[in-house]
Amino acid sequence: MKTIFKTTALAVALGLGSAAAHAEGSLSIYHWFEYIPQDLLDKFAKEHDVEVTMDTYDSNESLLASLKAGKMGSYDVAVPSDYMVEILSNDGMLDTIADGELANIGNIEDKWMDVAFDAGRKHSIPYQWGSTSFSVNRDVYKGDIGSLAMMFDPPADLSGKINVLDSSGEVLGLASIYLGIPQCTTDRDQLKALNKLVLEAKPHWASFNSDGAKDVLVSGDAAAGMIWNGFGAKARGELASLEYSYPKEGYIVWMDNVVLLKDAPNRANALKFMDFLLEPENIAAVTNFAQYTAGVKGVNALLDESLKTSPENNPPADAPAGTFVQVCDEPTQKLYEQIWTNVKK
Amino acid sequence: MSGLVEKSSFGGLRKPLLMPAWVMIGFFLIIPVLTMLVYSFLTKEFRGGVIWEFSLAAYDQFFFDRGLFGDEPPKIEWTYINIFWRSIVQAFVATIICLVIGFPTAYFIATRSANTRNIWLFLITVPYWVNLLIRTVSMKFLIRDSGPLNHWLMQAGFIDSPIHLINTNFAVQLGLFYSYLPFMVLPIYASVERYNFSLSEASADLYAGRWTTLRRIVLPAVKPGIIAGCILVFVPSLGAFLAPDLLGGAKNFMIGTLIEEQFKGASGNWPFGAAASMLLLSLVLVVLLFYARSQSKQALHH
Repeated sequence: MKTIFKTTALAVALGLGSAAAHAEGSLSIYHWFEYIPQDLLDKFAKEHDVEVTMDTYDSNESLLASLKAGKMGSYDVAVPSDYMVEILSNDGMLDTIADGELANIGNIEDKWMDVAFDAGRKHSIPYQWGSTSFSVNRDVYKGDIGSLAMMFDPPADLSGKINVLDSSGEVLGLASIYLGIPQCTTDRDQLKALNKLVLEAKPHWASFNSDGAKDVLVSGDAAAGMIWNGFGAKARGELASLEYSYPKEGYIVWMDNVVLLKDAPNRANALKFMDFLLEPENIAAVTNFAQYTAGVKGVNALLDESLKTSPENNPPADAPAGTFVQVCDEPTQKLYEQIWTNVKK
Repeated sequence: MSGLVEKSSFGGLRKPLLMPAWVMIGFFLIIPVLTMLVYSFLTKEFRGGVIWEFSLAAYDQFFFDRGLFGDEPPKIEWTYINIFWRSIVQAFVATIICLVIGFPTAYFIATRSANTRNIWLFLITVPYWVNLLIRTVSMKFLIRDSGPLNHWLMQAGFIDSPIHLINTNFAVQLGLFYSYLPFMVLPIYASVERYNFSLSEASADLYAGRWTTLRRIVLPAVKPGIIAGCILVFVPSLGAFLAPDLLGGAKNFMIGTLIEEQFKGASGNWPFGAAASMLLLSLVLVVLLFYARSQSKQALHH
């Protein structure tokens, strides 16, 4: 899958390159797959006479790995999630946005301005935010789906038909929420309980797939699966019997952010691009495409009608608040890695 | 005699003319392997990267189990050995399937008339002009529960409910078989084509049955092609990660996915990934050495 997206990204980049062969400057974006409409990139390229190229990645960890493996200095902006902004920033891989460099910084919604992972928005601007939970095919299972037990202790109808995301952070994060234990615990009994839970849940799982999380649900390979809310909305668009759940134990909430990378070859264009994405009209186009939620004021009026009322973007009134993924220190992270290896060995 | 002539005719140009070969071996073989070897003995940096300090931690992690919290007395760690063993079994089964299907195919092609052979060979290679990933994804579409294969079998009345193939070990073996079949067919074809069929006739004249002729005359003659084909299928199957990921549901690590996880996953343990790669490389080298030794022994006998 990964390679498909890379190939399309390359094709897109080549296509753009030829269209804007005589552009003044360039902008190099490192982005998630399927996360920005091509029209919007074309619009930016045209407005600022900039040649835009984009490569894609499929997880925060692979973004970090390729930046560490020598890609620093070849991209201007990337779009890491909350906890990865913190990691990149701690590792000194982000450039600082000085006061006044972004004309539209005031457009950021107040609650997303002073966030824990980037206090005062020194390195990043909001892109989209949403939740990670799961969807269930209601033709297969008709009972109550308001609990993470659907993933970790599923009813017989769903056993063996569950897809989980192929990422330790999200799977172990949701498992911790289900058990009601902290995310970076060092308590041995809690860790043993977590290890036991996922090992006992594994026989119920059919596959581990992140970029195909929608496809496996729509095709019927899986009857339930962990998924991000916007991806879940898209899946429901293709198969109406899918329902996204806001489980009673809680769920993961995340925010993807556009960051200014250190040693950006086209820093000025990167800032232009960030300003561009803070315009309600432009970021609304992303939201309408990706079906998550923007963190910019004045977007709501510009959204598609179906999105304003979609069950994926409007948690029921009694849903608990979501939890951000936490960054564990090294000795603790090692324990979680060990548990993940136990799951997949 | 001819060797001497060549030597003198290129004279002093010998070294410069060999340069491309040396550059090639150096850049694409020796330097990458040495880099991996060095990395496998370095200290891991948290979340990817290495610290330039000597450490045996990667190999220690591979072979010794100190419990979830790392404070129990060391036991032998079976986790990674089992992952290697699983990959070996998968690759072995895929090789056997390739051989069972590939040998008759190659024999069939080699026994056609000279001008139709090329058409058959062409047909064998056509699917391989398409990217491996696309072929693996197509295979997934084909064999899934609601896919055309099950649909057709149910329509034809062979089965009542879909055969569950996707996300099973068999699907992985099928995927590996499909990925590497030409690597088996082509070397065997080359051997069978060179085989002198009058030997089969002679064997028949001496009252050998078809089975005996195959076993005692044909197979020994085309054995080098079969061995080459088996190695060409087995070795890439060992490190494959597309088929296990897409067709096997990524439920269990294989050697390839284990190594990928060390570089691209949350763990970011580069020295361990490098160590696992070096151990895989050693394993493959051992297989190849056995092959080379058996070949040279054979050469001595002749």
